[in-house]
Amino acid sequence: MQANYKYIAFETILIKEIRRFARIWVQTLVPPAITIGLYFLIFGNLIGRRIGDMGGYGYMEFIVPGLIMMAVIQNSYANVVSSFFSQKFQRSIEELLVSPVPNYVILCGFVAGGVARGLAVGFIVMLMSFAFADLSIHSFPVTIIVVVMTAVVFSLAGFLNALFANSFDDISIIPTFVLTPLIYLGGVFYSVELLPSAGRIVSSFNPIFYMVNTFRYGILGTSDVNIYSSLGMLTLFVAILYGFSLYLLRKGTGLRH
Amino acid sequence: MMAPADDSVAPRAHPVSSEVTRMTIAISIKDLHKTYANGHQALKGVNLDVSEGDFFALLGPNGAGKSTTIGVISTLVRQTSGTVTVYGRNVETHVYETKLDLGIVPQEVNFSLFEKVADIVMTQAGYYGLPRPLARERTEKYLRKLGLWDKRDNRARMLSGGMKRRLMIARALVHEPRLLILDEPTAGVDIELRRSMWDFLQEINRNGTTIILTTHYLEEAETLCRNIAIIDEGRIIENTSMKKLLDKLDSQTLIFDLRHEIEETAFAALGLDRARWVDPCTFEIDIGCDEDINCIFAQLEDGSIGVKGMRNKTNRLEQLFLSRLKGA
Repeated sequence: MQANYKYIAFETILIKEIRRFARIWVQTLVPPAITIGLYFLIFGNLIGRRIGDMGGYGYMEFIVPGLIMMAVIQNSYANVVSSFFSQKFQRSIEELLVSPVPNYVILCGFVAGGVARGLAVGFIVMLMSFAFADLSIHSFPVTIIVVVMTAVVFSLAGFLNALFANSFDDISIIPTFVLTPLIYLGGVFYSVELLPSAGRIVSSFNPIFYMVNTFRYGILGTSDVNIYSSLGMLTLFVAILYGFSLYLLRKGTGLRH
Repeated sequence: MMAPADDSVAPRAHPVSSEVTRMTIAISIKDLHKTYANGHQALKGVNLDVSEGDFFALLGPNGAGKSTTIGVISTLVRQTSGTVTVYGRNVETHVYETKLDLGIVPQEVNFSLFEKVADIVMTQAGYYGLPRPLARERTEKYLRKLGLWDKRDNRARMLSGGMKRRLMIARALVHEPRLLILDEPTAGVDIELRRSMWDFLQEINRNGTTIILTTHYLEEAETLCRNIAIIDEGRIIENTSMKKLLDKLDSQTLIFDLRHEIEETAFAALGLDRARWVDPCTFEIDIGCDEDINCIFAQLEDGSIGVKGMRNKTNRLEQLFLSRLKGA
């Protein structure tokens, strides 16, 4: 397959994915905006006033980057896992599998779709945050790199979940029992300095903790982690998850008999 | 309703000389075995060659291995052993080239029911690398051809069963493959529409597209196909031309509709061999393939019995199909 054909195939998958989540915007774009808006209102505005400063910033300013990241993580994951599993379930994935589209183009297409939704929701949440906090971006490159890489990591994770899933229950187990605890314990609402030493050690094993703090550095210029090691870890995650997904696609796990 | 077939809208002809046509094998299956994870042996050494330009029927009872064979060809099913080549290229080692040559119409609906009809075909065109203007052109061409152009902006779930089947055919043709495989394409389709689908398939076959058809309608296979294979319990038990297969029919049962009523005793008095009285206006008779049918008419004429009509009791291919399955 020639490079321009592959590009057309990639673009087709991406457009299809964007069309899908845009078609059901009431389910995909509105709920996270409402949920995060409530976080802003209750935790940031009402309770946050009583908490005072955190990490040298007002509590509202402190949680905004974490909440944006939370929206990006949840939505990039949800988009790929639900879209790919639905196509598996309806067997419409077969129209893609019988075509000459290479496995890596299939993978990149779905991941790009997940990134698109993650960034779309992240952008909506960011716009909403302007109503609650006076933010300026400290480092534009770090902000963009970390948010895109995080969306890629969780899109890949969603893809893997969908490959192994056999029922709709299987696609809600990981978000409920793994993703949500990791996000809430990943420094979205607090600084690691508040934790006892054992808690800090536990947090150091939570990858989301690094992503949230690196993004916070991009926006506020303050972080609990080393930015470079965090970006290195993200790159490693992308490489491992991409390689594993591609291996499973080639093997036909969950897709071919 | 589908538009009448004509050259301007039929798939591109695949220009091959008559000599090459005779020689080229569109698809070759060698010693194909498939054992599923649960231990079920679906294919037990299938061998099959289909020539370019052929209209080929692959028949068999439910669970015989037809869909598994198609699954292996389309790479949705991984074979345990054996090889499949499409136009001389192995489907496992030349994945992209062979897939460009293949169009698959599966047995069950496998498109997203929430998408628009035109989007489903356009998306498939994109998977084959067709630039958008060409994809749009082809989408219009095949949706018009299959009578779905008026439904292009409808969600697929709004289509009737027959329309969904036609949409799958349009989708499979959008990249204009050299080999089209149809897994029971007319199941659940009304007679009128089925006939127009036959015309359409015959037209694209005349324009050079090789077609492999599986169907439960044996009349359909007899009407459309030149060559036939019967698969049973994972093995090919018959592989020949339709004509040769039908010539193997030892006998057939004919039903005669009479002009006037005749009582059973009076009918028995005629002394027709292997004839059975069904009701006062009908009888049936078994005829050997070498027997002359005129002698029956002569005997009826002697008894002053007028015949209004005559027909086969069962489809000839159906008769053969059942006898071969019993024989296997």
